Amino acid sequence: MQAVYLAIPLLCLAAAAIAGLAGGRIGRAGAHGVTIFGVGAAFLLSFYVALDVFRNGHLFNGPVYSWLSSGGYNFQVGFLIDQLTATMMVVVTFVSLMVHIYTIGYMADDEHNWPKDSLAGKNSYQRFFSYISLFTFSMLMLVMSNNFIQLFFGWEAVGLVSYLLIGFWFNRESAIFANMKAFLVNRVGDFGFLLGIAAIFAWFGTLDYDAVFGIAPSLASQQIHIAGSTHWSLITFICIALFVGAMGKSAQVPLHVWLPDSMEGPTPISALIHAATMVTAGIFMVARMSPLYEMSETALSLIIIIGAITALFMGLLGIIQYDIKRVIAYSTLSQLGYMTVGLGASAYNASIFHLGTHAFFKALLFLGAGSVIIAMHHAQDMRRMGGLRRFMPITYFTMIIGSLALSGIPPFAGFFSKDAIIEAVHHSHITGSGFAYFSVVIGAFITAFYSFRLIFMTFHGKPRMDEHTRKHLKESPAVVIVPLLLLAIPSVMAGWQFIEPMLYGDFFGDAIRILPRHNAFAEAGEHGFSAWHFMKHGAFQPPVLLALIGMVSAYIFYVARPDLAGEWRAKLAPAVRVLENNYYFDKVYQAVFAGGALRLGSCLWKSADVKMIDGFINGLARAVGWVSGKVRLVQSGYLYHYAFVMIIGLFLMISWFLYL
Amino acid sequence: MFADHLLTVSIWLPILGGILVLLLGSDERKPLVRQLSLGVAVLTFLVTVPLWTGFDRGTAAMQFVEQADWIRPLHIQYFLGVDGFSMPLILLTSFITILVVIAGWRVIRDHLASYMAAFLIMEGLMIGVFAALDAILFYVFWEATLLPMYLIIGIWGGDNRVYAAIKFFLYTLLGSLLMLVAMIYLYYQAGHSFSILDFHAARIGETAQILLFLAFFAAFAVKIPMWPVHTWLPDAHVQAPTGGSVILAAIMLKMGGYGFLRFNLPILPDASHALAGFMIALSLIAVVYIAFVALVQTDMKKLIAYSSISHMGFVTLGFFLFNQQGIEGGMVQMISHGFVSGAMFLCVGVLYDRMHTREISAYGGVGHTMPLFAAFMMLFTMANTGLPGTSGFVGELLVILGAFKTNLWLAVIAATTLVFGAAYSLWLYKRVIFGPVVNENVKKLTDISRREALFLGLLAVFVLGIGLYPGPLLDVMHASIDNLVAQTSLSKL
Repeated sequence: MQAVYLAIPLLCLAAAAIAGLAGGRIGRAGAHGVTIFGVGAAFLLSFYVALDVFRNGHLFNGPVYSWLSSGGYNFQVGFLIDQLTATMMVVVTFVSLMVHIYTIGYMADDEHNWPKDSLAGKNSYQRFFSYISLFTFSMLMLVMSNNFIQLFFGWEAVGLVSYLLIGFWFNRESAIFANMKAFLVNRVGDFGFLLGIAAIFAWFGTLDYDAVFGIAPSLASQQIHIAGSTHWSLITFICIALFVGAMGKSAQVPLHVWLPDSMEGPTPISALIHAATMVTAGIFMVARMSPLYEMSETALSLIIIIGAITALFMGLLGIIQYDIKRVIAYSTLSQLGYMTVGLGASAYNASIFHLGTHAFFKALLFLGAGSVIIAMHHAQDMRRMGGLRRFMPITYFTMIIGSLALSGIPPFAGFFSKDAIIEAVHHSHITGSGFAYFSVVIGAFITAFYSFRLIFMTFHGKPRMDEHTRKHLKESPAVVIVPLLLLAIPSVMAGWQFIEPMLYGDFFGDAIRILPRHNAFAEAGEHGFSAWHFMKHGAFQPPVLLALIGMVSAYIFYVARPDLAGEWRAKLAPAVRVLENNYYFDKVYQAVFAGGALRLGSCLWKSADVKMIDGFINGLARAVGWVSGKVRLVQSGYLYHYAFVMIIGLFLMISWFLYL
Repeated sequence: MFADHLLTVSIWLPILGGILVLLLGSDERKPLVRQLSLGVAVLTFLVTVPLWTGFDRGTAAMQFVEQADWIRPLHIQYFLGVDGFSMPLILLTSFITILVVIAGWRVIRDHLASYMAAFLIMEGLMIGVFAALDAILFYVFWEATLLPMYLIIGIWGGDNRVYAAIKFFLYTLLGSLLMLVAMIYLYYQAGHSFSILDFHAARIGETAQILLFLAFFAAFAVKIPMWPVHTWLPDAHVQAPTGGSVILAAIMLKMGGYGFLRFNLPILPDASHALAGFMIALSLIAVVYIAFVALVQTDMKKLIAYSSISHMGFVTLGFFLFNQQGIEGGMVQMISHGFVSGAMFLCVGVLYDRMHTREISAYGGVGHTMPLFAAFMMLFTMANTGLPGTSGFVGELLVILGAFKTNLWLAVIAATTLVFGAAYSLWLYKRVIFGPVVNENVKKLTDISRREALFLGLLAVFVLGIGLYPGPLLDVMHASIDNLVAQTSLSKL
């Protein structure tokens, strides 16, 4: 079995290496063939591993090789295969496989995106496949790790590949700005993450999950000295530091700014980043660390508040976007906020549940948007769309499914997972849970509104594109459509299939640990709860009702009375302006951090390095020059002068030696 | 016979080889000069390989020891030997020299023989620095390395080479004079011996330790270099030819770090502890302050030079934490930086040879015309930002782990490099490689040749190799580091 575990990430890595290094030789078909084979095999094997875990209860925790040893501690590369890992592996490889297949269609004419004589544009197709396979490898290493160092490796590798992919079309100024921004903002998160790891190493003396979880209870009341007389609980410090990392990867306010810009990458990447890889890393990590987080209510409170802010305020931004991909991007931010809220409410299982269903329907929505973009000749502005449902029925149909799932309408997948989070928050007593409950309930309305605003603006109403584009409108090819259909299946079914075992059953076993007093579902589980009960109960609760109101409002604004949208926009102009500027996060960051760093750097360089230090040194050199000018007079050129000085010197030296 | 004198051979083979190149070579016989130089460099490397393979990883004692009287009346010996600190540095030296020879293959047109000879002689002298166990022998090698480097910068350097060469020479010479004084003082303390090992055993009073520490500090801090005596480095790098920059960054700076390990920490443990706060403060200033300065540079080489200083801050920070992770991290950082900074300067060299400018603003869109080069530079840039999986990560990680054990805030400040280091490295990459092709010159660029791919490829293997499997590198250091940690914890008062 160990060989299987090892094969899963390595297949992706090998495929990426072949497509990347030999891309020119194996050609396009070779590149997508080898990577699809690699990721496909990884998916099948992951599925096999999942069966082995859930049916036979075979768990695994062991090293692959020793990376290095220092001070008596072995840093190892190793795998932890349990219920949580197996779930993630299946989700990641499945979505990634769909994205791989889809990419054949999406990138088919990528040469048009490059300048004519660019050598980088020649093998761009192969390179793209190499990157997305590498992405999958990185994510697998992250979720399969059994220790913090490998987790960090996967964490950073995901960051690297997202950097390469967001800036894939590096000819575009906006793309290379976005990818640098993504990397740097993520690095801010990683800064906290690494400190958390360092704290664990300093206090626990180990970085293996199992050992850390074992030691943690004995350090529950350990305090660490911060400054002056301030002491913090060690566990709280660790949890918050690690969560800062999660805020970077999972794009929580205020480290969310990179995610909307990541739209600059080709659409398949958006699907991969937003659905299965990267942004899910933070959520997964906190769930993985549930034994630690359960020990710190302070950290949980912070998490639930940050999550609630993200869920509510980022959702609002989705309402005013015109770029089809940006609407979905902000919906990702908002949904990540939901997952984070779930984590804060100790409903790690519900968050992972939502992570899974969201991966399916968000991938579906992005790939659907990509299908629209192909048809629109790479135009993304919804104001230039409209009426597409007649031309692209399958895309339309699958997008509707994705939107219903996203809006949380029963019985689609998103309803169960989102309602589970809302339910958990409702039962939570932690500081901040009241605000969080408000956010996630209001969020239900917002989500439905912007989701169906997208559907109505894109697929309904009169076609608003130019004549040329309209004439060429057609449904996308099979490689694009088939992944949409395959993703639509779990978007419908994953909810009622998994809600019982995941929330009330023993689906995650010991992989996720929740204190009894934090467990919102324990009580309900005792009464023999079923998916049907859940649906019956949830269908008439405020979240679903608000979602329905959201859908109807979207219909009114964008189909029945399209003039209203503009009117309201004008009426609410000041608020809209704030939204259009993304609450001024980007502007402030740009001015304060980017601008500030440059000013500080140039000040340090010019005034400290050049003026002070070098000025001093050069002054010294001039002084030496002046002195040596005087001393030069001593060099008379007469041999007897030199001999005389030598003898004096020798005499002095000997007396010094004798004296000592 | 040969096996007993591996170190002697590693030192004198390149020096004599260099002299031979100088004697035989002239600008009319370039192919001969090239082949002979490469032959000497490769042969030297092969001679140093048994140092690694035959190294006993279980002991901190000196190995491959050679001892003979040199100047008997003054008890100066020809005393060589290596431990877990010096052996990896010697291999780094012999390896990097091969790359430098290859890198200068076609590029150097004038005085090729002198150029190659300077680097070969330099190689022998630097190996001498790392292998010497007699303080005077160490000092002689130490000072002697200045001359070839002075000539390399002064003859094959850029427009402002004379200023840079003299600045380099004076800065480092002044520093090392104080070191000589300290050595003479220690000679008496160690019972009329210049053996560094005897220095280790000598008992020294507190005030004397502090003064000696500062004297050695003057030499090593300038060399490594530490803030605020770093300003010679950017000028030297900018003016030096590519090969000079590579040797300077990859190896010469390490002489400073090695000096701290060989002299300050074990000989002066009490002073080291007393002044640790001072050393750590200077190191952290280097890590943060220099990163900001690097950010605003407009000259590629200057940017990388500043980045070197910032990375060396991690080395000194690690050393003065006095724990295993810190010292190991510092050592790994030195080795890794040898490969990474060497690679970065070679990358700049590749561009400079084609465009004859180091101004970042003259570039843009190089990725369109040189995709293979862009891939290599991506790897090295990421290694420079300390990405896991590359060698750059290992040292930084260990130092941060070690720092946290000492004090939370040290780790916090050190870890800011994650952000700042990434900022200047990626911004450089973005401006040079990404974007549309900015001008005709960039449009006409040709991708790297096989010769260039060879040296960049070799470096890539090491950067990735150490990143993915640093275990073997650390294994050779363990015994020496354990020993050093023990030495620093014993008071000499």
